[in-house]
Amino acid sequence: MAKAKEINAKIKSVKNTRKITKAMEMVAASKMRRAQERMAASRPYAEKIREVLAHVSQAHPEYEHPFLQVRTIRRVGFLLISSDRGLCGALNVNVLRILVNRLHELQEQGVETRVAVIGSKGVGFLRRHGAHLTAELTGLGDRPNLGDMIGPIRIMTDAFRNGEIDALHLISSRFVNTMLQRATMEQVLPVAKPEKKTVTANQRWDYIYEPEARPVLDKLLQRYVESIIYQAVIEHLACEQSARMVAMKNASDNAKRLVGELQLAYNKARQAAITQEIAEISAGAAAV
Amino acid sequence: MAMTIAVRVVSAEGSIFEGEAEMVVAPGQMGELGILPRHAPLLTGLRPGELRIKNGNEIEYLFVNGGMLEIQPDCVTVLADSVERAMDIDEAKAKAARDAAEARLANRTDDLDYAAAQAELLEQVARLRTLQRLREQGILR
Repeated sequence: MAKAKEINAKIKSVKNTRKITKAMEMVAASKMRRAQERMAASRPYAEKIREVLAHVSQAHPEYEHPFLQVRTIRRVGFLLISSDRGLCGALNVNVLRILVNRLHELQEQGVETRVAVIGSKGVGFLRRHGAHLTAELTGLGDRPNLGDMIGPIRIMTDAFRNGEIDALHLISSRFVNTMLQRATMEQVLPVAKPEKKTVTANQRWDYIYEPEARPVLDKLLQRYVESIIYQAVIEHLACEQSARMVAMKNASDNAKRLVGELQLAYNKARQAAITQEIAEISAGAAAV
Repeated sequence: MAMTIAVRVVSAEGSIFEGEAEMVVAPGQMGELGILPRHAPLLTGLRPGELRIKNGNEIEYLFVNGGMLEIQPDCVTVLADSVERAMDIDEAKAKAARDAAEARLANRTDDLDYAAAQAELLEQVARLRTLQRLREQGILR
């Protein structure tokens, strides 16, 4: 009967684990819905500012903003967005893999790199591997606001302005659907010029700037970079919650299957013990 | 049929207005701007104030709290830091916030605090002025 007892204890422990993963799955599901709503709400702004910038890049201003200038690449900056908590499947591993591969490639080419990280999972991993981080930000929570993110964004944009880096890439997860998140790398600075013309006028034209070109373009481009990064963080949160939901659902399903298998083993062990007992009794009776 | 221009008003929290208008009046950094269709391309910052979008007899009153304004001959894009419908302004809250900002300005401690309080005061005053104008025109109560 000892074996059956052991199995029973195991069943209980798996059932308890399943309760936890099931609860986490449901929490993630409800958080995911809210995160997706926020993502959808912040999208129009990002789209419109992209459109405005596409117009600006087709104008012929007398002043060329540094964010639009393409320079020879000597140093590259990266901004990585990861989550603060684990148990969300391969989400963080995927973004980190892109970064690490890219860092190796650049090292072979003799290009220096600077890395800034949002999210404690990314910070932890890169620290363990001895990377030097220019900026890091953790503990944003479920409802981040732009004000909290200004710090690292400023550090990277200022580095670009001062010529410490010649390009800035953003590595983050894109939300495809609940089951699928894709890790991507996108160039933020210098601002890439769109290929398709959205303004029909062919002749040279420029904006009227009020009060002047420089402060207005400065403000617009800083906003643009902030909005791209804010959007990426919001999208990452939606990714994190749905990845966690899927991971926890898999864990719950596995636990359920395991309980089934263990239950079968328990029944067999119990039956074997009873059979043996009967055999022993009847053998004892026969001997008398 | 009067000529119209496409207007989009968005903030980081979402899109608040998207449609056609005969005329748009916006609080530009250098003063109020009246925008009609076929306006020359223009780019400017916004200060806190009232944004009016006129189409026929309908006028949409919005309150924008800073941001950017882009004008193309056929469309106007307002990238607001935050925006609300003028009808939704909470007067009591705005007044309380204005008084709090005034109090902070009166006994300031350091200059960083000063700038923030001043911006807050400007915002609340602009918000209350918007509300007052609507009252005077008899649109609100």
